[in-house]
Amino acid sequence: MSAPLLEVDGIEVRYGAVTAIKGVSLKVGAGEIVALIGANGAGKTTTLKAVSGMLRLAAGGVKLAGEPVASLKPHQFVARGMAHAPEGRGIFLNLTGAENRERGAFLRRDKDGIAADLEKHFTLFPRLKERRTQVAGTLSGGEQQMLAVARALMSRPRLLLLDEPSLGLAPIVVESIFSVITTVNKEGVAVLLVEQNAHKALGIAHRGYVLETGKVATEGTGKELLASPAVRVAYLGG
Amino acid sequence: MRLVRALLPFAVGLPALWAIQAAAPPQLAIILVTAGVNVILAVSLNMVNGFTGQFSLGHAGFMAVGAYTAAKITLAMGEAPANWSPWLWNNGAFTLALLGGMLTAALAGLAVGIPSLRLRGDYLAIVTLGFNEIIRVFIENMRWLGGATGISGLPPYTSVVWVGLGALATVVVARRIVGSTHGRALLSVREDEVAAEAMGVDTVACKVHAFVLSAAFAGLGGGLLVHYILLVTPKSFTFVKSIEVVVMVVLGGMGSISGATLAALVLTFALELMRGLDQYRMVMYSLLLVVLMLSRPTGIFGTKEIWELLGPKRKKAAA
Repeated sequence: MSAPLLEVDGIEVRYGAVTAIKGVSLKVGAGEIVALIGANGAGKTTTLKAVSGMLRLAAGGVKLAGEPVASLKPHQFVARGMAHAPEGRGIFLNLTGAENRERGAFLRRDKDGIAADLEKHFTLFPRLKERRTQVAGTLSGGEQQMLAVARALMSRPRLLLLDEPSLGLAPIVVESIFSVITTVNKEGVAVLLVEQNAHKALGIAHRGYVLETGKVATEGTGKELLASPAVRVAYLGG
Repeated sequence: MRLVRALLPFAVGLPALWAIQAAAPPQLAIILVTAGVNVILAVSLNMVNGFTGQFSLGHAGFMAVGAYTAAKITLAMGEAPANWSPWLWNNGAFTLALLGGMLTAALAGLAVGIPSLRLRGDYLAIVTLGFNEIIRVFIENMRWLGGATGISGLPPYTSVVWVGLGALATVVVARRIVGSTHGRALLSVREDEVAAEAMGVDTVACKVHAFVLSAAFAGLGGGLLVHYILLVTPKSFTFVKSIEVVVMVVLGGMGSISGATLAALVLTFALELMRGLDQYRMVMYSLLLVVLMLSRPTGIFGTKEIWELLGPKRKKAAA
């Protein structure tokens, strides 16, 4: 088997004296959806930020398609095929939806390809078509989240990092976000999905990791984890 | 073709500037030069405070670096040798002096920018303000720079045409940046730094580029100013001057080139027109600022350009 798309090997991250994650290892293969679940403060977002270079590693390494990337700055990942839709969506609130998505293609120079992708994504996100001239700050939470995903896709990533896409959204909106993630994945984009909504995330994930106080407690396929007592313990305390 | 387009504003501007210089009475020429220098300062500061959304309070410091460099160069070049045309020598010396001033100001911008642009918001403002004062105090204590009294007897090279060309160059460069990929990156940094980074924008490099370019044009403004007042002294470059420029940018609208230009012109002319009010002049000036900020809190044009604001209105009038 060739090297996995993303390989995280025993990473540690410290916030000052506090060690937030203590030796997390995980893999994302090409075309896979991998869920990273865990309770509040387990280190899910920290892991994701460490993977995308937003936080310095205290130990361990990260490889993207076999290439060590731990020393790269966040902006250098985009050119290597990784897109990060940060927590809290991180869209440009003062720009319109269309402008936001054009920014997503910042590093691309193929004008025709960008235009084609902008159009193609409307079938994935019909709401964004209706609202394309509206300033992003006035979109609903779900639409903003859709926009964040759509914008991340504009860089044509091989790997998409999503941080809590269901955060603060109505169940029906969460449903459609997850169906979009599945569709995107079927087109060949691997997804590393950080979620508190464990049942939903494991429902669509090929594999998953359960984080507990900065360590991987359990790993397995989505189905295994859904049925596993350990997951119940992590979430329900018994 | 691209070269023609790039030079077009100057080809049109130069004859116009010649005409203005020939027609303007001396009192008006003074105001025009002051206004032109202010346009250069405001538009260049706008590259940092407006485009990238960083808050620099050290523009006068870079002006000082440019002004002293230019002054030293023109003084060293001196009068034209006997076998040279004085016109050619003077303008050549001045061009060299201004470019030298821009270069040293840009280097100062790089030196200040690299460490401090990792900071955001208030912290950057404090660091740049500190830099401004360091430059001023440094100059005051250097005998070879004339100390606190400065250097007088500079050659009177600056004219309406020179200042006009400088202002035109600043505006053209600013316009070109906004329209470029690099400009989109700068605006992304202003909107949301984390998101910009996630899009593949090298945010620190972006901010440093804008800062260096802005400092270079501040140096140009400084060089032009001192060769009009024929005196270069540290008192011209206190943080009060920096704040004056910030006021122009805020008033014109952060990120609006036409806004910064208009604000620089309006404020310069308003100060001159209010000369008759004597001691009430600064009171009226402050009142003008308060009223403008209350009625248009995002500046005259906000982040938009004048033609974007006029566009829809025209359509309405037609319909």
